Amino acid sequence: MNALRFVGTRLTSMVFVLLAVSLLTYAIFVLLPADPAQLACGRPCTPERLETARAFMGLDQNFLVQWWNFVTGIFTGRTFGSAGAEITCPAPCLGYSFVLRQPVTDLIVGRLPVTFSIALGAAVLWLLAGVAAGVVAAVRRGTTVDRAIMVTAITGVSAPSYLVGLLGILLFGFTLDMVPVNGYVPFTTSPVDWAWHLVLPWCVLAFLSAAIYARLTRAQMLDALGSEYVRTARAKGITERRVVTRHALRNVMVPVVTLFGLDLGVLLGGTVITEKVFSMAGLGALLLDAVGNTDVPLLVGVTFFSAALIVVANLLVDVVYGVMDPRVRA
Amino acid sequence: MTLDHADELVVPEGQPPSATGRRTFWHRFAQDRFAVAGAVTVVVYVVVALFAPLITRLLGVDPYTYDLAALDATGAPAGWGGGISAEHWFGVEPLTGRDLFAIVLMGSRTSLVVGIGATVVSMFIGTVLGLLAGYLGGWVDWVVSRGVDIMLGLPALIFMIAIGAVAPESFPRLLLLVLVIGVFSWSSVARVVRGQALGLRSRGFVRASQALGAGHGHVLFRQVLPNLAATVVVFATISIPGAIGAEAALSFLGVGVPPPTPSWGRSIGDAVTWFSSDPMYLVFPGLALFGITLALNAFGDGLRDALDPRSGGRQ
Repeated sequence: MNALRFVGTRLTSMVFVLLAVSLLTYAIFVLLPADPAQLACGRPCTPERLETARAFMGLDQNFLVQWWNFVTGIFTGRTFGSAGAEITCPAPCLGYSFVLRQPVTDLIVGRLPVTFSIALGAAVLWLLAGVAAGVVAAVRRGTTVDRAIMVTAITGVSAPSYLVGLLGILLFGFTLDMVPVNGYVPFTTSPVDWAWHLVLPWCVLAFLSAAIYARLTRAQMLDALGSEYVRTARAKGITERRVVTRHALRNVMVPVVTLFGLDLGVLLGGTVITEKVFSMAGLGALLLDAVGNTDVPLLVGVTFFSAALIVVANLLVDVVYGVMDPRVRA
Repeated sequence: MTLDHADELVVPEGQPPSATGRRTFWHRFAQDRFAVAGAVTVVVYVVVALFAPLITRLLGVDPYTYDLAALDATGAPAGWGGGISAEHWFGVEPLTGRDLFAIVLMGSRTSLVVGIGATVVSMFIGTVLGLLAGYLGGWVDWVVSRGVDIMLGLPALIFMIAIGAVAPESFPRLLLLVLVIGVFSWSSVARVVRGQALGLRSRGFVRASQALGAGHGHVLFRQVLPNLAATVVVFATISIPGAIGAEAALSFLGVGVPPPTPSWGRSIGDAVTWFSSDPMYLVFPGLALFGITLALNAFGDGLRDALDPRSGGRQ
């Protein structure tokens, strides 16, 4: 019951956050003077043709009306233009790309498997590697192992992912010829090839963030190992391994999960760069294409979708968090 | 007159006099060799950036002049190591033959201007909003805190890319980068400042100041803010490498600084098509970018550890 109410409050606030984010996104793109009608109107662009194009795209309306059309379109779908030459955009409609002549939703859905494959694998790797490295560094505090991990960590924090990626391609791809350097193979075609093509992108994307998690885990672990409940656990005669993994790590994971929730946006931003480095056609590549074409509806759609994805993922993290640590529900 | 010294009248409990605090702070910082090395490196970078036009002029190179004689038939730099020679210390840029040493040197100005500029913007917004939220509380706090929650969760890089695409061509690009990166990174500092202001609000010297009839403005900026200065300075140092990285990432993706303005990120982006045949074109700008980020991180970590030894990584 208590848990249900917790999820309920979180859901309500999520809806408001999503509305605010959509308004923000829409405001940025509509208030900045890149007129999609002007771009679609062709040459010669007479004032009448421009007017027609604006009316067709729904840009002749008030800003708030446009925004509301965008929001309701997600649930009910939209129709652009008038009878005879209309374009329908079925729900969930995130807009219509007049440049690519396709609904934005379809374009996004087509790219999702690539982005999800990169992001999920990298996230798993970075959490595992980061937390493991931090725990080892804390347990072996002051030793060469600790120093080596911490030096690697600050290097990881400082190296731009594309630089690490390109050097990785140079070393493991071109020089050693161990792994493929670009392209994406769908999981359904061949799971082995899928993973093989993603090994390098995962490592590159995970390396940077794992560094931050290693530092955080180490600091938290040192705190935990010095605390009284750990002393009690040791006094009971539990093995050191069990003290670390069962007693200390459980508390260490709370700030780690908090940070992970906040870093989902960083993860998604990182996939944009990773996709560019490894020539993969994911959401990030779609966004960069939209930038190249000044395809405003696609920009709005992709940006809002990314933000919404993060908000929803954050809700999931919060729920997991609430289950893990009942104190936060209060 | 007396109001300005109100904080000295009520000595906060458990707080050492500030002169001693400052001495232990620098002492602790000086102990951290990694941090000191970082600080020295940062100073070197800043000096080089300041004198970059002078240095390149003395060497007779600049980042804009084409030198097609330094290229081979395919447009790749002729000779060893991307065309390293007495004339071109770091070799030349493929296709144009522009001097890479001059590009890397002048690129430091772009990186530092955007990095520092964006940090100033984010620190200003974050400090003001955090102060107001923590000190005033109530609905101001609610609004600011929700804003922070939303901003922290947003995929900032994606917004920056998209905004770069729709911004008018006439808007100065460097200023746009400074504003966009700054506006998308104030949330974490606002949260920290809010927390500290919340704690300071109920402290003796603040209450004494209020009791003496000081206005909100005076209490906020003369009493509370000075106590936050150290936190904000450390936070700024930690934020600069992030802002430099954001500029480089945007330029790498082709939505940052437009050519021919030198930018390390854009050079690395251009190097993507060349690096199997000309890896040096990737290595020099990459090392420059990595070096300043590492130095600033080491410096910032050292400052933070010296300020709050408990937060430290290396003890």
